[in-house]
Amino acid sequence: MRGSITIVGASLAGLRAAETLRRDGFEGAIRLVGDEPHLPYDRPPLSKQLLAGDWDVDRTLLTPPQKLEPLDLDLYLGARATGLDVAARELEVDGVSEPYDGLLIATGARCRILPGTEGMAGVHTLRSLDDSLAIRDALDGGASRLVVVGAGFIGAEVASVAVGRGVAVTMVEALSAPFGRVLGEEMGAVVADVHSAHGVDLRCGVGVAGVSGGPGDLEVELSDGSVVGADLVVVGIGVVPNTDWLEGSGLTLDDGIVCDGTCLAAPHVTAAGDVARWTDPRTGVPLRVEHWDNAVEQGRHAARRLLTTDEEAEAYTPVPWFWSDQYDRKIQLAGHPGPGDEVRVVQGDTAGHRFTAFYGNGGRLTAVLGMNRPRHVMQGKLLLEAGATWDEALEAAAGWG
Amino acid sequence: MRIVVDFDLCESNAVCMVIAPDVFEVRDDDFLYVLNEEPGEERRAQMEEAVQRCPKQSISIQD
Repeated sequence: MRGSITIVGASLAGLRAAETLRRDGFEGAIRLVGDEPHLPYDRPPLSKQLLAGDWDVDRTLLTPPQKLEPLDLDLYLGARATGLDVAARELEVDGVSEPYDGLLIATGARCRILPGTEGMAGVHTLRSLDDSLAIRDALDGGASRLVVVGAGFIGAEVASVAVGRGVAVTMVEALSAPFGRVLGEEMGAVVADVHSAHGVDLRCGVGVAGVSGGPGDLEVELSDGSVVGADLVVVGIGVVPNTDWLEGSGLTLDDGIVCDGTCLAAPHVTAAGDVARWTDPRTGVPLRVEHWDNAVEQGRHAARRLLTTDEEAEAYTPVPWFWSDQYDRKIQLAGHPGPGDEVRVVQGDTAGHRFTAFYGNGGRLTAVLGMNRPRHVMQGKLLLEAGATWDEALEAAAGWG
Repeated sequence: MRIVVDFDLCESNAVCMVIAPDVFEVRDDDFLYVLNEEPGEERRAQMEEAVQRCPKQSISIQD
């Protein structure tokens, strides 16, 4: 492809896409548009090392300036994409239209807001560098009581860091177990046990009725009628894909940008990362994946798709994978666990919080979960990529020791 | 070509081990060990894949 490629979204998927274009020999102009003022940074440390105070901000940079420079990118930072006309091949940035030859959209997602708490001082969400620094400031300022709403990735990691800083943590989860939607009830209970063992007051199966007060003097009222006092509240109840600016653009929007199996959303337009919904031809199920690894993989795939003809385009069929660090435990999951899956611990034991578990359905391995078992999860990921049967997977695991 | 791992950054996610198990090994102690620091020029593409796929960008190639 000749001409210019514009990438909207200067986070993980967007930056890795830009690097891929250059690596694959694209010599045209690459515009990278991001609405935050910062150079592209990595988000996992925001709920871990940065929040803990172990890292300074510079260490979160995705690519150091000396490696960024040779990519010869036209960086538009602090600039917001405000509109798109797919038919005219024009992107509008801060109200000014500019033509593109190829467009990759990686505008990510934003945090869901707990109803009634929008703009409320002392109630935080965590997505951006600035969000993380605001929570860190509150902790540095002597906050000693934290209420975490939602026991997913963000909530569980923030709880873990706060406990490490000597803060009393109450974690509220509407489902019956932390990570329940992802891991299922049985393995969610193991994660619950890890948090309880570290002194977190975990309240599952309850919602939040309301929050009142201000920083240092908040009250969180739960759906069971109880009230928990807090110096600050961190809400991690999921994200919403950033597609508002694409209304009327000609793209199909449905909880994300709807793409085909190759990450193509329209002629000369691809999407990647948290904002992209595509149908993996292997499963036939449309899905949107919010994990770090998917942002890298899909960013690379969507970049290459722009350089490829329709005839040569390859389907995007990854085995999703994530990790989450909580206390001294590393939780990793590869694959697509489903609600009716059989779960079997194949190595180690759950009570010791160090184990490997398989998920299976219909005679097939569907997912591999590990707690402090990175080696096995990666070996399991290879089994998933090979389409291993349940029996083949069990046989392989027997040799893992 | 020399493989260098920044162990201050490495979090033992074992992604590299899947790409090149004869070069990278995460052992039972959950630490990464580099089994072969000079894998040979013919392995460059594979080593670059490991560099790019590392979630912590802790692997680099020194020429």
